[in-house]
Amino acid sequence: MTLQLSHFSAALIFALFASIVFGITQRNEQREMIKYGAKCFVFFALGTIAAGWVMWLLRH
Amino acid sequence: MAKEKTNVAESPTPKSAAKAEPQPITAMSVIAPAVGWLIPGAGHLIQKRWGRGLLLMLSVVAMFVLGILMQGKVYAFNTGDILDILGFVGDLGAGGLYIVARAFDIGRGAIDLATADYGSKYIIVSGLLNIISAVDAHDIAIGKKK
Repeated sequence: MTLQLSHFSAALIFALFASIVFGITQRNEQREMIKYGAKCFVFFALGTIAAGWVMWLLRH
Repeated sequence: MAKEKTNVAESPTPKSAAKAEPQPITAMSVIAPAVGWLIPGAGHLIQKRWGRGLLLMLSVVAMFVLGILMQGKVYAFNTGDILDILGFVGDLGAGGLYIVARAFDIGRGAIDLATADYGSKYIIVSGLLNIISAVDAHDIAIGKKK
């Protein structure tokens, strides 16, 4: 079985799981964990989109 | 003025006080990270952090399995290219998952698939995240974290 994800969906799944681990391990309180995890996910996602646009600009 | 300075010196900030405290070495502080490395999330589970443990287990195992399904490469021990060596170190962090993958010869990598490289990175990062989880389990065991 081979899984073929698009570049963007692969990056989003990566962001989701990495953010969960970052949230749990880098904060002490449950509320802070959720907030930090969500923040990491947004930064990962926005970073991916920004990097995509930078690569598009470099190519054009 | 001099009195104020003395008071400041006598009352260290909580951060510096925490640094000065020696951390006790207990059986749990050794077992929790070791078990957490071998079975992702188990370091938290044996300390009754059920929710955190299950979420960590889900995240690390899912990333590793997705990496395998994307035909990612599981690095064996090598002394070649520096990136291959670092790949091995990262993969090794996945503990039991890495051992099982190597035992069953899973994760040979497929150079003809564009997403296979993503798979390799998923596997490496799952190992690195598992190391962070194991360190967190150690912090809980020594009381540095709740």
